[in-house]
Amino acid sequence: MKITLEPERCVGAGHCVLSAPEVFDQDESDGVVVLLDTEPGAALADAVHEAADLCPARAILVGGEDGTP
Amino acid sequence: MTEVLYPMARQCPFAPPEEVTRLRDEPEVPRVPIWNGVRPWLFTRYEDARLVLSDPRFSADKSRPGYPLSSAVAAAETAVEPTLLIMDNPEHDALRRLVLGEFTVRRAESWRPAVRSVVAGCLDRMLDGPRRADLVTDLALPVALSVICEFLGVPLADRELFRSLTHTMNAVAGTTGTAAAARQELQDYLESLVAAREKDPGDDFIGRMVVRHVGTGAMSRRTLSAMALLLLTAGHDTTANMVSLGILTLLRYPGRFAALRGHEDPRQLADTVEELLRHLTIVQRGIRRIATEDVEVGDRLVKAGQGVIAAINVANRDPSRFPSGEDFDPDVRAHGHLAFGYGPHQCLGQSLAKVELQETYHAVAHRLPELRLAVPVEEIRFKSDMAVYGVHELPVTW
Repeated sequence: MKITLEPERCVGAGHCVLSAPEVFDQDESDGVVVLLDTEPGAALADAVHEAADLCPARAILVGGEDGTP
Repeated sequence: MTEVLYPMARQCPFAPPEEVTRLRDEPEVPRVPIWNGVRPWLFTRYEDARLVLSDPRFSADKSRPGYPLSSAVAAAETAVEPTLLIMDNPEHDALRRLVLGEFTVRRAESWRPAVRSVVAGCLDRMLDGPRRADLVTDLALPVALSVICEFLGVPLADRELFRSLTHTMNAVAGTTGTAAAARQELQDYLESLVAAREKDPGDDFIGRMVVRHVGTGAMSRRTLSAMALLLLTAGHDTTANMVSLGILTLLRYPGRFAALRGHEDPRQLADTVEELLRHLTIVQRGIRRIATEDVEVGDRLVKAGQGVIAAINVANRDPSRFPSGEDFDPDVRAHGHLAFGYGPHQCLGQSLAKVELQETYHAVAHRLPELRLAVPVEEIRFKSDMAVYGVHELPVTW
């Protein structure tokens, strides 16, 4: 599972932080999403997919094991 | 025969109009007449609503000809100074970015002790008095107004002015003129306040934005004042309505109300709040947009210049997304609901709102376990006449 962010789309809703706090954070000063772990383990797959689904700005892309989107 | 206008009347105060719910299950997406003769498309299914709210080809600019305004008072939003609510990109995101850091999950959490203390103060006063109160004026409004006033750095002493101007702006039967006058009055008030804070900023939202953005020229005094106006009005009215309508709903499910007292698991409390947000979806007249290009939504072609409505209250009960559908069931996670909208405009203050709701429901369940209505439910006046649903009063005893 490989995560790519498009931080310029982020509108700071914070769903990613609530869904997968191990993987996502928000920058203290500007509130924009920060990736803590670009390739989280399988145990976090559900949480990461939920974060991507809930993101209102579609700023989180989750790719497969082989790096394909 | 006179056509029935959207939004239709509710049959049950705790559910969206049956007519709109029925439309969700029909194959055709209808165009529905609204108060001003415009016929926007009405999207009631979850996936369609999400697309309408997130596709950049739909504009939130209410000044565009043919925009399906929700009422005459909504027209006042373009009369003073534009807020984030009616801005499109790239301007919307550029402005939102300037304030985003104030609304992170962590910042919202940092408000929890202050929120808890405000709630406790209201409940102390209620418990000191006779065993009867109006949860709207004694709890919901004071909590929501105190928190947003402290957050922004505006004087709580003027809360009655903020409440009454917001009411005028949101009363559906009002005129564009009365709503615009109320908006102008609040805008002028906040512009004076911002001007004063340029000399003596202080450490709160307005103070920090003055230093960071007005001082550097990134934001004008007018723009910051309009931002404060949006946060002050939306920030207290919606929260207060969710507090009172949420507690009324919990009283209808005594087991759920008692459960808030029994467990101390923050996850369960958070899930109950999400489910109440989904189930009640108090933005009751839909979120409206206008197409700037032809857009396919599902199998419908919305043409450039046509208006659309995302009926989020009905979409939030779409069984294709939410297994609990029409029911209230905090055991089924309601994540992905559209109560705060979706897309770039999704509610800026949602994390703070959730903290307020969690703290208030939790404290009420703990300190007023015997809470019950002081009047028959039939006597409660529901806010069918307002842009945001709720109750006008909630007489309770314990």
